[in-house]
Amino acid sequence: MFNVNSIREEFPILSKKFGKYPLVYFDNGATSQKPNFVIDRIDQYYKEENANIHRGVHTLSQVSTENYENARQTIASFLNAKEKHEIIFTKGTTDGINLVAHSFGALMSLGDEILISEMEHHSNIVPWQMLAEAKGLVLRYIPMTTSGELDLKNIDTLLNEKTKLVAITHISNSLGTINPIADLIELAHSKNAKVLIDGAQSLQHIQVDVQALDCDFLVFSGHKIFAPTGTGILYGKEDLLNKMPPYQGGGDMIKTVTMEKTTFNSLPHKFEAGTPNISGGIGLGAAIEWLSQLNLNEIEVYERSLLQYITAELSKIEGIRFFGTAEEKCSTVSFLIGEFHPYDIGTLLNQQGIAVRTGHHCTQPIMDFYKIPGTIRASLSFYNTKEEIDLFIQALNKAIKMLS
Amino acid sequence: MNIAEKEQELIDSFSIYDDWMEKYEYIIELGKDLPLIDAAFKKEENVIKGCQSTVWLHAEKKDDKIYFTADADAIIAKGIIALLIDVMSGETPQTILDSDLKFIKEIGLQEHLSPTRSNGLVAMVKQMKLYALALNLKK
Ligand SMILES: Cc1ncc(COP(=O)(O)O)c(C=O)c1O
Repeated sequence: MFNVNSIREEFPILSKKFGKYPLVYFDNGATSQKPNFVIDRIDQYYKEENANIHRGVHTLSQVSTENYENARQTIASFLNAKEKHEIIFTKGTTDGINLVAHSFGALMSLGDEILISEMEHHSNIVPWQMLAEAKGLVLRYIPMTTSGELDLKNIDTLLNEKTKLVAITHISNSLGTINPIADLIELAHSKNAKVLIDGAQSLQHIQVDVQALDCDFLVFSGHKIFAPTGTGILYGKEDLLNKMPPYQGGGDMIKTVTMEKTTFNSLPHKFEAGTPNISGGIGLGAAIEWLSQLNLNEIEVYERSLLQYITAELSKIEGIRFFGTAEEKCSTVSFLIGEFHPYDIGTLLNQQGIAVRTGHHCTQPIMDFYKIPGTIRASLSFYNTKEEIDLFIQALNKAIKMLS
Repeated sequence: MNIAEKEQELIDSFSIYDDWMEKYEYIIELGKDLPLIDAAFKKEENVIKGCQSTVWLHAEKKDDKIYFTADADAIIAKGIIALLIDVMSGETPQTILDSDLKFIKEIGLQEHLSPTRSNGLVAMVKQMKLYALALNLKK
């Protein structure tokens, strides 16, 4: 049985208090907290293993290289990638998307089309806008319905013979919607388009098998999945990654350098210029190792019960409006109450120890769609509890009373 | 009252409350007395940049003194701008330009506003000083 109390004990920050208020951390969509397993792993790295990788003959360098590469293997296994070298270490989701925009973008030409959606994070919009501008490509958007689901009515024209890439989020960070990516991938492949999945919000909630899904690229951020900030992964199919030119030039990504010409290293190093975030990569490996030993099915059931409870409790509040009411959702709720400004509510919740996010959540097109400046977003993880939801509702009611 | 006395009065008022929720209650109350901006001035060029909520600020010079009016779409932002207006309004441009507004720190406002909001506070003060500078030149 899933035991939330023993999970919570593994996260030191969760017992923090602000004066008389215990921390209620409902901002997991922005970043997750870290378990001791990860914190200790990084600590151990710096105390016992620190050395640069891929270059030293000395023992420490060999140890850290091995640990870094083992982390890559752990991540490859977790995603069920066919090859370990299909796993590229990045700084995060944004970095991964920019890499693909640059290097896969280099294979696109005038008039080619990229298809994204109206519910993307700015990180999955701006790099494509920049690429489209630079290369004369056409950027199309799958629209959204009022429930916050992709509107696939016109998908047959949006996704056409000119489409070279579909870049879509697995789960919306603002709305919690889980998109039907398997169907989209199949459809895209039937038109010979490649697919990038933005997994920033999904791997911490649902298991992703890149071979079963058959996605061409998958990107995510370590910090949202219990690992350190400044880490992330780009998964790409080997043949595609081989066809793409490098992203950045520098050390580690070369085979030979003469003053006239450089030949590039093989995968994954071709896309990993310079000394990487070694402790971060090892920490990410540890986070995935930690996550893998949990029962992900139990977690899914537990998170669904949290979503049901918080939705039911919020529904009792007069004047509440939910944004994102999709059939398939992760444990994230976005809402407004009456005419209250989200910042007023967020500020008063913060005073009572409750961490939520307010604003547009880096998804301005979604806010434009609903014609609102922003929302209050509570994004829950499996270390959150029903008792915390009760505290949150209590604090919310107090804030409403003060503002009324 | 001069500006230092007005600041001290606010520091004293806030010191009565030991819980920040109560201090916020007081800020919200202050917002209700905000000298409201004339609808005609509620336009894009009077919006303060750097605030997460929308804050409009207008300034006028009368008998060599500056008077501010404002509005905001968030209630707490309204309270914060009201606090600043309480201190700054009715002062000469030079006094406003020279003010260091130490009460903000003493009350602990800066720490208690989220970083982005505290930037809003900084932006509000900056805008008030800019108005003072501009109106000072306009004899
Ligand atoms: C769906 C989605 N995509 C991309 C990002 C960007 O992630 P990062 O800032 O870690 O690069 C986020 C983070 O909020 C996200 O939620």
